[in-house]
Amino acid sequence: MAVLKTILYLLVFPGLLFLFVYSTFVEWFDRKVFARLQNRMGPTHTGRFGLLQPIADFVKLMAKEDIVPDNADKKLFSALPIIGLAVVITSGLLLPIWHIDLAVSSPISFQGDVIILLYMLSLPTLIFFLAGWASTNAFSIIGGTRVLTMLFGYEVPLFLAVLSPALLAGSWRMAEIAAFYRAHPLLILPNLIGFGVAVIAVQAKLERTPFDIPHAETEIVGGTFTEYSGKKLAFFRLMTDIEFVVSAGLLATVFLGGFGGGFLSAFVQFILKTLFIVFLLSVLRAVTGRIRVDQVVTFAWKWLAPLAVLQLLIVILIKGFLL
Amino acid sequence: MKFNIPIGPQHPALKEPISIRLTVEGEVIQDADLRLGYNHRGMEKLAEEKSYIQNIYLTERICGICSHSHSTCFVQGVEKLMEIEPPRRGIYLRYLVGELERVHSHLLWLGVAGHEAGFDTFFMYTWRDREIVMDLLEMISGNRVHYAINTVGGVRRDVDEALRKKILDGLAILRTRSEYYLKIGASEPTFVGRLAGVGRLTKQQAMDLCATGPTAKASGVALDVRKNDPHAFYDEVDFDVITADSCDVLGRTVVRIKEVLESYKICEQILAKLPDGPIAVKAPRKAKPNEVVSRYEAPRGENIHYIVSNGTDKPERLKVRAPTLGNYVATIEMLRHGFIADVPLIFAAIDPCVCCAERSVELIDGKSGKERILRFSDLRRMANERFRTLPLQRNVAWPF
Repeated sequence: MAVLKTILYLLVFPGLLFLFVYSTFVEWFDRKVFARLQNRMGPTHTGRFGLLQPIADFVKLMAKEDIVPDNADKKLFSALPIIGLAVVITSGLLLPIWHIDLAVSSPISFQGDVIILLYMLSLPTLIFFLAGWASTNAFSIIGGTRVLTMLFGYEVPLFLAVLSPALLAGSWRMAEIAAFYRAHPLLILPNLIGFGVAVIAVQAKLERTPFDIPHAETEIVGGTFTEYSGKKLAFFRLMTDIEFVVSAGLLATVFLGGFGGGFLSAFVQFILKTLFIVFLLSVLRAVTGRIRVDQVVTFAWKWLAPLAVLQLLIVILIKGFLL
Repeated sequence: MKFNIPIGPQHPALKEPISIRLTVEGEVIQDADLRLGYNHRGMEKLAEEKSYIQNIYLTERICGICSHSHSTCFVQGVEKLMEIEPPRRGIYLRYLVGELERVHSHLLWLGVAGHEAGFDTFFMYTWRDREIVMDLLEMISGNRVHYAINTVGGVRRDVDEALRKKILDGLAILRTRSEYYLKIGASEPTFVGRLAGVGRLTKQQAMDLCATGPTAKASGVALDVRKNDPHAFYDEVDFDVITADSCDVLGRTVVRIKEVLESYKICEQILAKLPDGPIAVKAPRKAKPNEVVSRYEAPRGENIHYIVSNGTDKPERLKVRAPTLGNYVATIEMLRHGFIADVPLIFAAIDPCVCCAERSVELIDGKSGKERILRFSDLRRMANERFRTLPLQRNVAWPF
């Protein structure tokens, strides 16, 4: 039974099948919210309410001609989308959704998995940089350097912000952190500053407005993805969507008490909590314009990092005096 | 590491073909170079073969956004050549359309600026409200883009009382919306962060480099044909020339929004004082030999048409200087030492209308990179020569 459950976990929920379907749904939701905030309709034609539009886009891209530039590092150029997709899907398996026994450590839930997950979420950034670099196109190279420059801005605040609730819960295991906040719901409140910092940092990690600098189309055409087309671009887009889901899942686990109960309860909670975070990210995307790469670094170190440190201080004080 | 980045002739930030070549070091632009000539249209030559009436519709097609500016500028000149004076009502209606066109052009620009700055929500909102003024223009003239309302000696369509009320209602909505955009444009932190201090052009530079329109106004140069050289009825209405002293893209944005508010003021005054009477006088077909320079404050700056008549019903020569051309030199200066991220914004901030300004053909040798500017007659001679010296091809199959 346990083996069957693990197979189910890997392949159906929250494994491959669910991640694919749900990430397309999240993309639809994001596009729809973004469009409604802009007084537009968003996708309407494909499927009911345009729900199948992201899948249609994916299938269309898969069928398109796949071009590898002559000057590009061909092996790296072709391998990167697949490696990237594998990395984010694997990181999706680390989310403690169900089938977790708090007493036993398992390959999908162990002490320190929050660090592993953060590390796995940093890899796509490196892959984007390499993708830009391997393309050997002026626009791609600039996009690639922008990816790395931004990394120096948001990565530290994101780590600090995610680690402070872990500190309060006294565990480096996501399942335990989530269980701790489910047992003490009021302790979610002191982490609000960290939650704000993490939401903004995740927005930057996902390269969405106001941080869509690496592929700012009016400046550097497609940025990192200028030379990518067809299947490889489809994989990259799917990878970004899954990264979106996993990041939202991480924030929901660490800040919003995770997903307790059995299969069904976990399923409903996962959808509600991640959609809440996706909604926040969509609103943020709609109400801001794109800033410059130097402004990202300044903003991150002037505001995000001090706020994250403040959050750590609050957590340490609470832990010292109240618990 | 220094390398060259081509922006254009095809680039997502550019709606029309022009080439900006940047030498960058990291993200900072060291040098910029502007190449024109991707869009030769032969309009001036064509104008010499068409009658004055036909030319109104030709000049209207110089630009798709400030179409009325070009036809008005042309018609003003032709009326001077023919020594006729259009009736007051005709003049008022002509410039009513002109001011509404300024509103639509500036709202369009605001959306483009929002898009270039990655602020797509702003773009969607301004373009939604631009529909109101487009609808008004359609109600007045019957067309949304090329109004075709000008004719030599007046205008072609009248405005009745019901329409007058509709225009006033539309203006009231537009005014509240524009005030909201002024608030957003001057306060949304990411937007202001992108625009403030970008593309600096000092007052002295603006004057030296002959900048025009909102580009000059944002550098504190109160350059406005409507005020400096009041043509038609502009000395009878009350309005201000908007200037800003911030000398950057933010200033150009604020100038444009405030200019839109001034245009509402002018439109309301026009509608309030609209005189009775005919809308046009009958114009002769021919004009005596003479020459005239006609100036008009287009949304992008000063538009100049130089017309020479020779006693027939066709002009001897028509020379058009679109305002965009006047701003190119200043653009190079603004781009220098900026960031790559700011290129689209700086270039968009002059509100470029490339195809208005394109006039000549430049040939660049693919191997040596040598450049030559040629006249049309030279091009024809070269083509003939090449055809004559071409080795005779035998056994060539007829393709069809």
